[in-house]
Amino acid sequence: MRVGSTINVAFRALRRNKLRSVLTALGIIIGVAAVIAMVGIGNGAKAQVEAQIASLGQNVILVFSGSTTSSGIRTGWGSAGTLKVEDAEAIRREVSGVVAVSEEVRSPTQVAAGNQNWLTQVLGESADYLDIRQWQLADGASFTPQDVRSANKVCVIGRTTATQVFGNDDPVGQVLRVKNVPFVVTGVLTPKGLSALGSDQDDVVIMPYTSAMKRIIGGTTLRNINVQVGDARQLPAAQQQIISLLRQRHNIRAGRDDDFTVRGQQEIADMATAQSKTMTVLLGAIAGVSLIVGGIGIMNIMLVSVTERTREIGVRLAVGAHGRDILTQFLIEAVALSSVGGIIGIAFGVGASRVLSVYENWPTLISLSSIVVSFLFSAAVGIFFGFYPARKAAALDPIEALRYE
Amino acid sequence: MNNGAVVKLVDVHKTYRTGEMEVRAVRGVSLEIVRGEFVALMGASGSGKSTLMNILGCLDRPTAGQYFLDAADVSKLDRDQLADIRNSKIGFVFQNFNLLPRTSARENVELPLLYGPQRLTNPELRAKADAVLASVGLSGREEHYPSQLSGGQQQRVAIARALINGPEVILADEPTGNLDSHTSIEIMGTFQQLNERGITVVMVTHEPEIAAYAKRNVVMRDGQVLSDSVVAGRRNAADEVKTDGAGSNGVVK
Repeated sequence: MRVGSTINVAFRALRRNKLRSVLTALGIIIGVAAVIAMVGIGNGAKAQVEAQIASLGQNVILVFSGSTTSSGIRTGWGSAGTLKVEDAEAIRREVSGVVAVSEEVRSPTQVAAGNQNWLTQVLGESADYLDIRQWQLADGASFTPQDVRSANKVCVIGRTTATQVFGNDDPVGQVLRVKNVPFVVTGVLTPKGLSALGSDQDDVVIMPYTSAMKRIIGGTTLRNINVQVGDARQLPAAQQQIISLLRQRHNIRAGRDDDFTVRGQQEIADMATAQSKTMTVLLGAIAGVSLIVGGIGIMNIMLVSVTERTREIGVRLAVGAHGRDILTQFLIEAVALSSVGGIIGIAFGVGASRVLSVYENWPTLISLSSIVVSFLFSAAVGIFFGFYPARKAAALDPIEALRYE
Repeated sequence: MNNGAVVKLVDVHKTYRTGEMEVRAVRGVSLEIVRGEFVALMGASGSGKSTLMNILGCLDRPTAGQYFLDAADVSKLDRDQLADIRNSKIGFVFQNFNLLPRTSARENVELPLLYGPQRLTNPELRAKADAVLASVGLSGREEHYPSQLSGGQQQRVAIARALINGPEVILADEPTGNLDSHTSIEIMGTFQQLNERGITVVMVTHEPEIAAYAKRNVVMRDGQVLSDSVVAGRRNAADEVKTDGAGSNGVVK
């Protein structure tokens, strides 16, 4: 029945010491703002990585030549040259659920047009590649399966390559010299931005893999095979089938290591997000420490406050306050400081991450759960660190308290 | 029963124990104060008058003996029950006023209401506090902080706070100890006016000239009552203020 007036009492006491209340709340404000902003930055980075992974295409299995050695040291994707074009044909033919396959070779290559030249990444792919990666053309058209069969000298180029080589001119229909072999540009791709590993995905020339192997890169082996499955539920079975198919084709006896590596999209996503998850946890932990420091600040001020207000507590007890009323009053003061600080801190944290994403182009993602959790945590900090001083105040003897100088 | 005794002490003892030492501060005091009395409790320091005052104010419990306040035995009540008694039946006035700093006169006076059994709205609190402040001559000072008030005015805010719950008895502990003699007379005038309205006042003082404003003087020594007498030649603060020519500022009309 007294809670209402105790809240009244607590807020009167806080108003009486405005500066001190603000300074005490500041610790919590900074703590909560740090938590919100840090977790926002971490989540933003994670979301960006996830988006990049998704841009690899849906339900994709990547088969790399080369393998993990028995000592666990991997020689690098595509380095060993064990995948043949016929392997890709076999996958296309025999693995169930497969809707598209793209044979891939790649090599950094000098390209030129007019008086401009540029070192870019040449990718040889099948005609299905752009569909697998869900990559649209901004202009022009892709090369066709016929172009692949005939190893025609056609290509599509990424936005970066287009700008570097052709400037403001429209590249479609123009000739691009790749290692001095003239290729006709049939289309320009929409920009895809940076990859999960930080390289520019738009700095690229994509041509039929047959043309690339025959005319540019040479060699008879593939770097990797991109396989797309129709349904996510078929992924594990397809992955298993690919492994046994390739082991059989490569005559690998039981007990020996694969000479290729099969990666599901999920595994790649897990590897990439693990890092950003670690970052989020780390940032959150550092910010959490500052929140606890803020809580200790509250306890400190409340303890000072109890000592300084001993006479006030004496008067309150003399005019009829129960110990419980004093306890509640000081607890409410602590919780009010920490939760008001929490609310202001949330506002600052959200504001800070907005500023970072607008002016520094950092991706930030504020989740409702991080707001709710940090608010509840700051209120809990108030209760936890407010309880000891409050109990100390409530246990005071009225006669001693009144006499306190 | 108790023929109208507001306060009745029966062979009250209070013994403090600090380590091996045993201090017998009050050694068997029996005292009866009837409604409408104005008692000055006197004695040198160490005479036990402060300890007795704490017991009368229900801030402390007697080690032995009985204390009836308004015919109810309060000597065995627990901490919270004593707090409720203090809230409803006793008004305290302290030597150093004990007002909350940076808190308006009105909010200081409202304080006991916040711990009372009734739940009042802010306008109700305000109306009650303003009425009591007016009755001690402080209309227009409701918003003032203690630091903006003179010593006499601060003490009258404290008196208003003591009055707000309509107590059975007002306990004043050296109420003029921090005031100059002129202001002391004004404050004693306020007490005399309250007493004329029928409020029982018990006041601790070591100054005989202040005790002369009361109707009855109880003198203590070594924890016992040394003398208990009716004041002969009682002083009247209202008259003194008039002849003093300082006006009747602060005295209830």
